[in-house]
Order: sequence, then structure tokens, then C-alpha cells
Amino acid sequence: MSQAVVTKLNGAFAASVLDVKEHRGEVTVTVKKEEIVAICQFLKDEAGYNFLCDLCGVDYLDQEPRFMVVYNMYNIATKERLRVKVLVTEEGANVDTVSTVWSTANWHERECWDLMGISFNDHPDLRRILMPADWEGHPLRKDYPLQGPDRELYQGRIS
Amino acid sequence: MPEMLSLSNDPVLFLCVMITKILVVFIVVVLIVAYATYAERKIIGRMQTRLGPTMTGPLGLLQPIADGLKLFFKEDIVPAQASKLAFVLAPMMILIPAFITVAVIPFGGDVVVYGYTVPLQIADLNVGILYILAMAGLGVYGIVLAGWASNNKYSLLGGIRSAAQVISYELAAGLSIVAVFMLSETLSLRGIVAAQSGSVLDWYIFSQPLAFGLFVITSLAEINRTPFDLPEAETELVSGFCTEYSSMKYALFFMAEYANMIVVSALIATLFLGGPAGPFSGPINLLLKVFSFMFLFIWIRATFPRVRYDQLMYMGWKVFLPLALLNIVITGAVVVF
Amino acid sequence: MAKKETMTINMGPQHPSTHGVLQLVLELDGETVVNAVPHIGFLHRGVEKLAENRSYHRALPLTDRLDYLAPMSNNLGYVLAVEKLLGITDQIPERAKVVRVMMAELTRIKSHLVWLATHALDIGAMTVFLYCFREREDIMDMYEKISGARMTSNYFRVGGLSLDLPEGFEADILKFIDAMPGHLETYEGLLTGNKIWRKRTIGVATISAEDAIDVGLTGPALRASGVDWDLRRDNPYSGYEDYDFEVITRDGCDTFDRYTARLDEMRESCKIIRQAVDKLQPGPIMADVPSVCLPAKQDVTNSIEGLIHHFKIITEGFKPEPGEVYQGIEAPKGELGYYIVSDGSANPFRMKVRPPSFVNLQALPQMIEGKLLADVIAAIGTLDIVLGEIDR
Repeated sequence: MSQAVVTKLNGAFAASVLDVKEHRGEVTVTVKKEEIVAICQFLKDEAGYNFLCDLCGVDYLDQEPRFMVVYNMYNIATKERLRVKVLVTEEGANVDTVSTVWSTANWHERECWDLMGISFNDHPDLRRILMPADWEGHPLRKDYPLQGPDRELYQGRIS
Repeated sequence: MPEMLSLSNDPVLFLCVMITKILVVFIVVVLIVAYATYAERKIIGRMQTRLGPTMTGPLGLLQPIADGLKLFFKEDIVPAQASKLAFVLAPMMILIPAFITVAVIPFGGDVVVYGYTVPLQIADLNVGILYILAMAGLGVYGIVLAGWASNNKYSLLGGIRSAAQVISYELAAGLSIVAVFMLSETLSLRGIVAAQSGSVLDWYIFSQPLAFGLFVITSLAEINRTPFDLPEAETELVSGFCTEYSSMKYALFFMAEYANMIVVSALIATLFLGGPAGPFSGPINLLLKVFSFMFLFIWIRATFPRVRYDQLMYMGWKVFLPLALLNIVITGAVVVF
Repeated sequence: MAKKETMTINMGPQHPSTHGVLQLVLELDGETVVNAVPHIGFLHRGVEKLAENRSYHRALPLTDRLDYLAPMSNNLGYVLAVEKLLGITDQIPERAKVVRVMMAELTRIKSHLVWLATHALDIGAMTVFLYCFREREDIMDMYEKISGARMTSNYFRVGGLSLDLPEGFEADILKFIDAMPGHLETYEGLLTGNKIWRKRTIGVATISAEDAIDVGLTGPALRASGVDWDLRRDNPYSGYEDYDFEVITRDGCDTFDRYTARLDEMRESCKIIRQAVDKLQPGPIMADVPSVCLPAKQDVTNSIEGLIHHFKIITEGFKPEPGEVYQGIEAPKGELGYYIVSDGSANPFRMKVRPPSFVNLQALPQMIEGKLLADVIAAIGTLDIVLGEIDR
């Protein structure tokens, strides 16, 4: 069934779909970030993915493009999952918000902005959610030190 | 019966007897207030499968003394922005009406002292009930003042809630006992006790069950006890109107709450259960009845959740008030025909 | 004509009934809530960043501390996700699967007991709090017997369990399960028929099914709004497809329905545990995948091969293939999701936790707009949030 969805998606947004992969029973679709809102709306209305489980950012420090925003969604009626990934470069670290499609994306996107530094265009309320409001830096990025901005590295072994 | 002792017969003896009565009543009430805190903690503890105080003294009996000493030695904090005079005055304004209400409660029959009859009651006003209701009304000032003077939004909310609650339920409480006066034809508490002193069946609880039920419930609201303890709802308003108080002033608030509880229990016992005229002889009757009602109030606190504010106002105005009026009408009809 | 002003009140991070360090800035008009803005992040410990610097085995204790009221659920989600990433989900032995289900359901009861205790306490019924905690003590004794710790159990391992069940554990758990329905009757007797309780909870903090799905609500709160969705039945994991249980749904969408739904869920959990105990057979508790799974403790201390094996796995860790997985489980509070990305090294490249309470809390402002202050407390209690997993 996920394959049928992917075929439909390929049909409707052929230019944006970059890659389709299946690993461990899960389907992942990588798309360009420009049409993400239209794609999500299509998936919600046509393919029935009415529940957004999770929205997060991943920082691949040494790759180009550096960031990936991952949307994990679920179809309550057919009980199927789908993952959509969006490539985001470091210079243009912004994506259109999908909170118009699923309002649960609101806080997930705030967290992504707070911890990763990926901003979301037209977000109703983009401000820090977990870190204090005046914090500088985006802690979950790979080049942010684990021990915090002004402390020495822990000398023991942690891994 | 020898004649009643008064200022005109023997002023010195009268003054001595009066001062003795006041001292005895005051000390007894303060002791009961102190040990009411202990009893509440023990009883609620046992109902919740735990022990309550056990370490201070044998069976934890010295706990109230330990609490009193602790509160006495705590630092007395007055918030910088609070209105000093009102802040200090508020606890006193709650405590004093609670204590002076006890003056009209009869706690025994008459005794003979040096050839004169002395009633076991500090002052027998012929408008006893009116006096009690008036004092209860004065208690509201203290709470509202405490809430406002603390300069804290939570306290303000607590004070306002309490004012609205007490005023609403005072009406229902007052009206529910009007029926009692219709039967006893006097407002003086001594007279009401005398009217019930025939046998146990003369007690007004049997002839006025609706008034009894209404009075118990509305007086719970008057004294801010669960299920009507919104003004000090710990989980919503972080201690409500007494949030900013510390040390002795805080102690005074809680003494006032328990003193109110005692007064209300004594009132219920006097108006509906015959007061000191009961199965046994002497003041022990009144004490037993007071203790059983205090146990009931503590039991209710352990069991019930809290009522929401708007539901409380709805009940006070739309349920209890009409019921009290209905009771008056029915009693009136029965008395006349 | 006087202008009506609203009062801004701060239910600050320290408050007797915000279930942790949650700050709610409320705008009140009298006692009616005009606007509510939750502020979180006071308990943020950087669990996701810490996990990126540890091997997969070492990141497991971090998950205990997410939803600290249901630690074994968090453990379960993590080990299932890592096992899926490795592709060894079929090789988990039967006994390990049954014990996982048994402990996950026991954890569900534990979490719901704390929910009931604090919810009732907030609304004023103090006694239910102590009764629920008495039952919770029995569960924590069982946790201690099986894993050594009352709360942060760290019991499951990638590939199975860390230790086998101790002697007499089945008898203990059956004794608890037999007594539990009686206790639930006691709580219902104190609360369900009580007019004051009903007035405080019926019609309070409602959210419709469409709004709930849109805002991401999951778990008993969603099922009480009429949506029939339970990951244990719909996307089963760890052998849940072999158990016979009902998914509790209600139609009222209000606090009272969430209350009865969670109580019935506790009863269903008792049923599942009984079935699990019946299914228990002796057998291995760890999958037979030497590159991933730790050897048994006797082998480690008594043979040199076991010692070397243990040493290699602990110091080097295992390296899954590059890839990513998302595993969602039905935690007591909702859908707990783990999204793990592997780049072929021994540490998880990215571990994202999808906490149910984080998403459920988003529904709070729309549940309490226009309601009274006392209802805010009831709403927070009924959503069953725990700040450990919201803030991570």
C-alpha cells in the first residue's frame, strides 16, 4: 500500500521527488523542500495520512546539504507509516511550515528551530521552546560542544 | 431556686465568677483548637492508611505544642509591597469573632454558688442567634483584607472567592435556622436549650431534619472547610489568602479555622441536639456532641473532592436558599394549624 | 464606563499541581481563562545530544529518565527501535517477548496509578492519592526484585532481557493482579459515583476527535474522544498480536471519560499480564546474535571467551548498517516514538524521541479557553503529562 502511495506521489510531484528507499519495512521518500506544503497536503487529503507523528531535523555535518528535516506520518485508517525527508542547506536553512496541514507541527517546528537552527517560514509563533529565550546557538548541531559553550571537555571516557 | 447572681446583688462575686467563666471557656477552647489539629492529622492519617504524628511525645500528643513553638520562632515576613496595617490586622479580624462567639453558647444548666444561681454561660443575650450570625459576618472582613493586603494575585483570588462564598451561604444558613426559632419562640440560646430539655425526642433534629441537614452543609461553607475550601485550595491557589503569611499570623489563621469549626459544632449541638441537656449530666454532653461533629467534619475532609467555584455559587443560591425558604413555609404552616 | 482588564497570573514552575516544572501564563478575566501559554524547558537535560555520544547499549539508561513514571516503557521503545535497525526483531526469544509484555503492562498500571493519585489530589480528594501510592509500592517492590531499582529499571537489553526473572516472581505478580481489581473498585467507589467528582469532571476540558487528531493527541486521551487507535493492536510489537484484550474507547471527549477509560485500561492490563504469566515458558532470554547481544553473566565471570566477548561489546559497541527507523509503541501516556538514524558507527547518529506528553500538552490551550481556573487544574491532570519526557 505504501508503494501505491509512492507511485501516486511520483505521479503528482515528479519534479520534487528525489529518492525512494525501503529499509527494514519502512518507506522513505526524499523530496526537495520547495513544494513540501503541497506534498504534505496531498498526502493528508489524497493518501489519508492524517496524523503527523514526528517532525525533526538531522544534522549531517560533513555532507552537502547539511540538514535534513524528517516528517514521520501515519495513516490511522490503514495503519501505515510513511517518512518524508527534505534536504536543507546550511545557507538557506529554512523550510515552509506545515502547521497549516497538521497543527501538531507547531511545537515540533519550534523545537527544530530551537535545537537545530532550521527556521520555518510563516510559522505562527517561532520562538525557542526548550532552551531559555535568550540562549545563543543551536545545541543539537554537531559542531556545538557537548559540555556547553563555556566549559572544558569532560576528560573521562563516555563511549 | 436562689436568685440569679448579677451586678446588683453582689458585684465582687459577680465579677469573680464572670472572670472565672471567661478564663475557663477561653482555655478550654484554645486547648480544643490545639488538639483539634492533632486529631485531624491522626484521623485523616488513619483513614489514609498511615499513622499521623507519632514521634513527638507518647502517641504524638505533644505535636500541637511542638507546632506552636515552631511557628512562634519562625521569621515573621511581611512582603515589601503589602499594606502593613491591613496585613497585620487581618488575622486578628478573623480570630476575634470566632472566639467571642463562644460567649453565648450554654454549656450546662444552672449551678448554685454561695447562695446565688449562676448560669453556665458567659452571657445570655436575648438575641443570641442574631449575635452569632453577626459575628460570622464580621469574619469575612478578615479574609478579604488578608487577600487584598498581601499584594499577591493568588491571595486576592482566594480572598474574593471566600467573600462571595461566605456571604452566599450565610443567607442560607440564617434562613435554615429561622424555623428553629419559630418552634422555640425565642432567640436566646438558653431558651432554645430549655425548649429541648424534656426528653431526647424533644430535640429539634427530629422535628426539623431538613433544617438540620441544610445548616450542617451551609456551615461547612461558612468555615471554608472541604468540600467548600476553595479559598485555601492548595492545589489551585497555593494556599489562597494565607499564602504570604508566616509565623504567628499564619498560626492565627489556622486557629481561627478550628475555632470556627468548634463554634459551628457547638451551635449545631445547641440548636438541634439539645446542647447541654442530654443523655448524661453536666457539660460533658455538649463536649461529646461537639467532638462528634468535629469528627464528622474531619471525615468529610478526608473523603470528598472540592466543589468548583461556579458550582458552589449555584448551589448556594439556587438550591440551598429555596430549600431553606421552603422549610420556613412548611414549619410556619404546621405551627399555625 | 470602566474598561475591563484581564489579569495575568503565572502558575509558575513551582506549583503544587503542575506535575513537574511547567509554567503556565494565564490571562484571566475574573475566574475565566482568556488565554493560556505553556512554557516548558525547565527540565531539559539534552538526552538526545548525550545519546549521540554514547554507544547504543550505553544510551539505554538515558531513556529510563524520560518518562520517569513509566521507565520500562521507554526502555521497551528504545530496544525495539534498535532491534529493528539491526534487523534482528525475528530473533528475539519467546520468553524475552513475554516478559517484555508483562513488564510493559505492569508499567502501564504503575503510570496510571500515579495519574489517578495526582488527578484526584488536584481536585481535592486526598485519600485516593495515598491508596494509589500504596499499590504503587507493591509494583516498585516487583521492579526492585526484577531489575534492582525501584524506578529507573534499565531492565531490557538490545536483543532480550538483562536478567532472568527471579524465583517466585510469577507468584508475586499474580498476587498483585488478583488484588488489583478490588483496589480499582475502591477508587471507583470513592470517585465515580460521587456527585462532586462528576460535577468537576463531566463536560470539562473537552476536545473533539478531529481536533485531537489534528493537534497530535494520542493515548487514552485520544481514545476517550472516540478515535479507535491503539498501537498494541494496530501495529503490534513484541508479540502483542497473540494477546486478547480490548481497546477502551469512549465517546464523551471530556475529563470523566478519560478517567473511566484509564481505569478500564488498568483492568485490561491485568488481563494481559495474566495471559502473559500463563504463556511463560523456560528458555533463553537473549537473542543469539553474538555481535550485538551481551553474553550471560555466568559466562562473563566463569569463562575467558565470555569475558572477551563482553569486553568487546562494551568497549567497541556494535555497528548497525547505515539507515534509519521509526518505532512507535503504546506507552501509558500515548504514542512514544523513537526515530534513530545510524551512519554505520557505534553511536546513534541521531536519536529523536517523540514524547507523547509533549504533543498532548499542545492541546491544553484549546481545551481550557473560556473555562474557569479550577478547570485548568483538571485539564492538566487529565492530559497526564510528565515533564521528564516533555523536556527530555
